[in-house]
Amino acid sequence: MHDVQAEPLAAPPPKPRGRAIVITSGKGGVGKTTTTANIGAALARTGATVVLVDADVGLRNLDIVMGLEARVRYHVLDVLESRATLDEALVADKRVATLRLLAAAQTREKDDVDTQAMHELVKSLRERFDYVLIDCPAGIEMGFQNAIVGADEAIVVCTPEVSAVRDADRVVGLLGNREKVWLVVNRVRPALVRKGKMLSVDDVNAILRLPLLGVIADEPGVIVSTNKGEPLALDDSSPTGAAYRAIAGRIAGTDTSAPTIPTEPTAMQRLGAFFGGSAR
Amino acid sequence: MIDFFKKMFKPEGSSTTARERLRLVLLSDHLSLAPDVVESLKLDLIAVISKYVEVDEAACDVSFERQDSAIAMLANIPILAMKTRPPAAPPPAPSAPPPAPEPPSSFGTPATAKVAEEPVAAKPPSTPRRKRRRRRAAPALGNAAPAPG
Repeated sequence: MHDVQAEPLAAPPPKPRGRAIVITSGKGGVGKTTTTANIGAALARTGATVVLVDADVGLRNLDIVMGLEARVRYHVLDVLESRATLDEALVADKRVATLRLLAAAQTREKDDVDTQAMHELVKSLRERFDYVLIDCPAGIEMGFQNAIVGADEAIVVCTPEVSAVRDADRVVGLLGNREKVWLVVNRVRPALVRKGKMLSVDDVNAILRLPLLGVIADEPGVIVSTNKGEPLALDDSSPTGAAYRAIAGRIAGTDTSAPTIPTEPTAMQRLGAFFGGSAR
Repeated sequence: MIDFFKKMFKPEGSSTTARERLRLVLLSDHLSLAPDVVESLKLDLIAVISKYVEVDEAACDVSFERQDSAIAMLANIPILAMKTRPPAAPPPAPSAPPPAPEPPSSFGTPATAKVAEEPVAAKPPSTPRRKRRRRRAAPALGNAAPAPG
């Protein structure tokens, strides 16, 4: 595992245009959207220009997780079908000046998206942004194909479950030869792993064999942040936020540390949470 | 009390079950997603067996069957006749299958032919070792799933 980690950490040479990265998983509900939102927020916080593209047409969610649902006026299909310009459709983030969102259409279907047009859209976004992060829908059908078409790089999100690993394995096969395919292991519960009741990060990556970008704990803070529409990556006091920021650093090539596995909360932390700590 | 000791000495959690299920399901996925690998395995099997007996190549079939805790390879290779002579010690390159079944000569009596029609199947008793070998080979196929969705 450790030898593969060294690979993404080499500082990438400066590129003429932005990087397009798709966040995918195969299985639904493993945290693709939350991962997209947090990595995007963390990258943008460092000053990079970032656009988040919600490719989950028909089931728009990224705007909710980002807390931007009230600002969305136009969506991806409005742009692809020339009802709105790109500038009109890009939603500015409330907190980070260099962060934009391109929302999915809620009342359309995945097959309505023209794959070639989507490819062109991602290309033109790469001319304007340092990072184009594409939130892929679950499944491996048309919506998946549309989401991956413009991306050179991919982040596979997987939870420590048999079904999620199986689907991730399939998706890695379908992604084919990309410049880079990374792994984020999401929803790890350290106490369960220690008791042998949950697959460990090593178990997951023994199958997938991808460079490990980061490990995110299954903790209440993630749910709280989704409730509020505030990505944890912008919360300096959150260990999970720090984990997302480290992921962003590894993507950018500025963080060369190996990902750490979340640890169990200490007795004091648990006591703090009991008396109504930060997570509400 | 006994339960307590059982738990103490058997620390295996359900993650062991998860690992095992994952291993099997992926092996099965990879086999079904790599028909070319299975096909070349079948051709190699036929080539090896053809050194000793004449087989009905058109009727050969290799399949995989999920059993409780393992995946078994089932090879159904009908034998047409014995070879008149066993192969020489250093075997020739097996890549090219032998010429089409020779017209039955000394062995071509009806009785022999009938016996030969019975398929020879690699069945459970011999499978466990074979299974294990296949399993170890499986990770090499990992992520190799180019088949269209």
